[in-house]
Amino acid sequence: MIERPRVGVYICHCGSNIAGVVDVAEVAQWAGGLPNVVISRDYKFMCSSLGQELIEKDIQESGVNRVVVASCSPHLHEPTFRNACARAGLNPYLFEMANIREQDSWVTSDKLEATKKAKALVAAAVSRVAHQDALNSLFVPIDPNVLVVGGGVTGIQAALEIANSGHQVYLVEREPSLGGHMAQFDKTFPTLDCSACILTPKMFDAGNHKNIQLLTWSEVEKVEGYIGNFTVTIRKRARYVDESKCNGCGVCQEKCPTKVVDEVFEAGLGYRKAVYVPFPQAVPKFPVIDRENCTFFKKGVCKICQKVCPTGAIDYEQQDTLMTVKVGNIILATGYDLFDARRIPQYGFGRLPNVFTSLEFERMTNAAGPTGGKVVMRDGVTQPKSVAIIHCVGSRDRNYHNYCSAICCMQSLKFAHLVGEKTGADVYQCYIDIRTPAKAYDEFYQRIIKEGVHFVRGKVAEVTDAARGPEEAGKTIVQVEDTLIGKQRRIPVDMVVLSAGLQARADAKEVGKKFGISCSADAWFIEKHPKLDPVATMTDGVFVAGACQGPKDIPASVAQGAAAAARVLSIIGQGQIEIEAATAIVDEESCVGCKECIASCPYTAIEFLEDKQKAHVVEALCKGCGTCVGTCLSKSIKLRHFTDEQLVAEMIGAMQTMKSFETVEV
Amino acid sequence: MKYTYFPGCSLERNAAAYHISTLAVTQALGMELVEVEDWNCCGATEYVSLNLTASYALIARNLAQAAKNTETRELVAPCSACYLNLRKCDHYMAQSPALAEKVNQALAAGGLAYQGGTLRVRHLLDVIVSDIGCDAVAAKVTRPLKGLRIVPYYGCMIVRPGYAGQTAFDNVEQPTTLDTLLTALGAEVVPFSLKAACCGGHMTQISEATGFELIRRLVKAATDGGADLIAALCPMCQLNLDAFQGPMNKHCKTNYHMPVLYFTQLLGLALGMDAKPLGIGSELVDARPALAKIGVAVPLAEPAAAPKKPKRDDKSLPMPRMSGV
Amino acid sequence: MTTTATKQRAPTFFDRVVAETPGDCRLGMCIQCGTCGGSCPSGADMDHTPRALFALINAGMRDAVLRSNTPWYCVSCYYCTVRCPQEVHITDIMYTLKRIAVQEKVFDDSKAPDFSKTFIYWVESYGRAFELGLMGVHMLRHNPFGAFKIAGMGKGMLSKHRMAFKPTRIKQLNSLKAILAKAKELEASA
Repeated sequence: MIERPRVGVYICHCGSNIAGVVDVAEVAQWAGGLPNVVISRDYKFMCSSLGQELIEKDIQESGVNRVVVASCSPHLHEPTFRNACARAGLNPYLFEMANIREQDSWVTSDKLEATKKAKALVAAAVSRVAHQDALNSLFVPIDPNVLVVGGGVTGIQAALEIANSGHQVYLVEREPSLGGHMAQFDKTFPTLDCSACILTPKMFDAGNHKNIQLLTWSEVEKVEGYIGNFTVTIRKRARYVDESKCNGCGVCQEKCPTKVVDEVFEAGLGYRKAVYVPFPQAVPKFPVIDRENCTFFKKGVCKICQKVCPTGAIDYEQQDTLMTVKVGNIILATGYDLFDARRIPQYGFGRLPNVFTSLEFERMTNAAGPTGGKVVMRDGVTQPKSVAIIHCVGSRDRNYHNYCSAICCMQSLKFAHLVGEKTGADVYQCYIDIRTPAKAYDEFYQRIIKEGVHFVRGKVAEVTDAARGPEEAGKTIVQVEDTLIGKQRRIPVDMVVLSAGLQARADAKEVGKKFGISCSADAWFIEKHPKLDPVATMTDGVFVAGACQGPKDIPASVAQGAAAAARVLSIIGQGQIEIEAATAIVDEESCVGCKECIASCPYTAIEFLEDKQKAHVVEALCKGCGTCVGTCLSKSIKLRHFTDEQLVAEMIGAMQTMKSFETVEV
Repeated sequence: MKYTYFPGCSLERNAAAYHISTLAVTQALGMELVEVEDWNCCGATEYVSLNLTASYALIARNLAQAAKNTETRELVAPCSACYLNLRKCDHYMAQSPALAEKVNQALAAGGLAYQGGTLRVRHLLDVIVSDIGCDAVAAKVTRPLKGLRIVPYYGCMIVRPGYAGQTAFDNVEQPTTLDTLLTALGAEVVPFSLKAACCGGHMTQISEATGFELIRRLVKAATDGGADLIAALCPMCQLNLDAFQGPMNKHCKTNYHMPVLYFTQLLGLALGMDAKPLGIGSELVDARPALAKIGVAVPLAEPAAAPKKPKRDDKSLPMPRMSGV
Repeated sequence: MTTTATKQRAPTFFDRVVAETPGDCRLGMCIQCGTCGGSCPSGADMDHTPRALFALINAGMRDAVLRSNTPWYCVSCYYCTVRCPQEVHITDIMYTLKRIAVQEKVFDDSKAPDFSKTFIYWVESYGRAFELGLMGVHMLRHNPFGAFKIAGMGKGMLSKHRMAFKPTRIKQLNSLKAILAKAKELEASA
């Protein structure tokens, strides 16, 4: 420091939160006697405008050049007081906070001890602040391009919002077409809108928008850089179809002799060809060749698609291409996988023919699906006269997934409606609870009750074909305790639909790692704050939206897609972003080039300068965690605003104070 | 391959067939079994209903005695109830220091001690399928059980519960190890949803209606499935399904005739052994007519009908792929 | 069970059931879903399904719980235990309830407890189970005409040499008796 520190100390009452336990007047008076302190006050609410004005006035009129506020957690009000200092012309890093609420008045009721601790905390802050340096934030420019990963309804929403505002979007989708899971559904709750009818206009818009570059049948390979400045490598997989020539006529698909079970779009319930468009309204309309099943790729013969193609668009020589793009922000909207019901053998999925999963059932009732919208049993022909719908398959269950999948209750009610409408069959709905939290959801439940569905409150124990008597012969039997009457029931039905839960994508952890974000224990992407910031992540510039952040329905997904877009647009609108100045810095003279810090950095924020053979911290990526400082064998790394000098001063301030109390006690 | 062998009370008499067939096949497969010295009853499901410490001490005495055979850590039990008790006791003694303390204090009164986790408790089926392996067994088959339709009946205690920390050797709901073994012996395994359902244990003595109903469900399902016989791996299950089949028929007014053999007896037949030394003939529902299919005691009958091929114009919807689950 | 302040109240029946079950039985986590009641092979014949029984325990209705035939109809098949979404150790809890019922001598039908006691009488006396003795005593006491019903089966068992006439005595029976006596002493003092 060049000038002598003149410290202003402000002890906050926080109403009675602090003052009710800590003797704030006493602390303020005592603090006035500490070294370097020129002003010491106590006040009811320091975070109020009047409180802040106190600080500003003292800086401007009394030459205070270091500020200590003893109040709540810095998590809440550090920015508030830093801004107050900045407004008064004092560098915001010459400010320090002492937390005498969460760390003191809120954890004890002993007034004597609380006051002593408050004094120690204040002394620590006062001692530290004298060693603090004025620091300047880093500003990084923001590239206005945006990457959206995932072409389901969430990704489409986000992409459209950004594209409509005039900025370029790269929309990457792993499957051959946009649409995601929503494209598979028949009707959506609670309105019973046809899913494809409401989705395809958006898909079309996204596919044709001048500001959206659509990259389907593609995946992100590598992500480098930091907010405002990402470099992304994308692999465009070979379709074996020349998009410049293909007109989407579909003859190749029609004539292809190889039929395989479509495990993705048809959920295993129907077939597709080796060259295929996943569904008629696909965007883009270009087919892809599944080379694992294509006769030409497997055996070198056939080539029928090439022969019949009127525009010569089939190209077996096509290769994957890698493209690199520069974007400023990334939105992940990668969606969910359905829980694998084969993991629950007692429900018979895969063993008993007439047990279906929810996605299989969606494809079945879908007019464009494998049965033309008819609800039939596994033989493809017979209409069921009785159907059981089972809730909580793989959800709310510590044996599989502990969480509730949010949509299955509503989905099950929807299924009950569709079964009734299409077949007039008896529907038995077996549930633990009926969860209808959103708008018009409970009203939908009441509508289904009116439709005469038999509700049985009990989690189904097993689904079996072992008939105990003639009335069960040839049926699929659902065994459940009807808990509302306290009796076990066996309900013989023709068909069972399992409302399987939602789970994170199989590769969620790898994807998270690729983009520098974390996953929870259930592999959902982790948001910055579960209540107040559900679309941002701990990595600046990377956002998450939709089901990949946790199970949710379409309205919530769309809202999150738009929210993520809004956050991105706000950053782009600012043109530049301020990076917290408490970053690490390497002293190149003493650095020995051992690279230990690079290996230990959890944010991959340190690079190695080959020409100098020295480590270098990329400030924009650095989060100021201090791991490298501790790791560095030659003590060459310093963490700004958390230097050894400052930390030691802080400790000495606290310890000297605590020690002084020992001699005072009698 | 050395194992300490815990036969259990049932194998002494009422399931002697299981005991002699076990000894015969394990010898043929190169397994060396050393019986636990002076073992006592494991308490079945009875003692643990009366007194916690005493029931665990009763079981633990067996574990302590078994541990005296220092040549191997593997303790094998053919009876599912003994198997469950032994591994449950070992598990809780390792997991709960309070219980282990009490049990060891009791054992000390008899000059014994046991530390949970010392032994590896295995069921006989597990040992044959995992340690010997179905391929090695198949290589030794000289009389394949071709044409014999067998229901693989596991019962409940061999696969459940799967205590945390203990890797279950088979699926708790729809196990497949016995199916695989029977297939390796050349038999046709009948699909059987109730393969791991409970036979009822001692329920016939508590409530006839309940006990017989549990037996009826199993025998009916096996009959409906077109089985020639049931393969069992627990003496209680065999007793219920075989010895009590007559009283069950009387009570339920049914007329089932479904023989029940131990899987070791079938294994012995496939390895070329004769029926009598395997204890065949000691079952109350005679299995010999069913065994005529493989030329045991009676000359070979006609081969079974070939399975139906699916029709060309098949509208049926595809079933989910089950491999790789 | 609680994570914040420890409950300041006298131990309840619920607390006793939890304390007397080995390991962490998780009884308090039951969400009343009914999987156990639905899975139980003998559930249809129970006074209360296992789930209903746990609701009774939660409500502190000790007498109704101990007089219920539910634990005695449990066949120990463990379906409930492996399927319970909250991993409650249901079968182990059933054993605890049986023990408490026997200890307190609270049960409406003594058939099942008597069966277990008779079984164990032979084990404690000889070290091994003795079926003829068990069936003999049990039938005499609880089902005197039942012997006629299974006469055919009895004849079959005898002719196939599947029934012993005498119990088998283990060599170190005294050692076993000492162990069990000590165990009972420890159990009683707990």
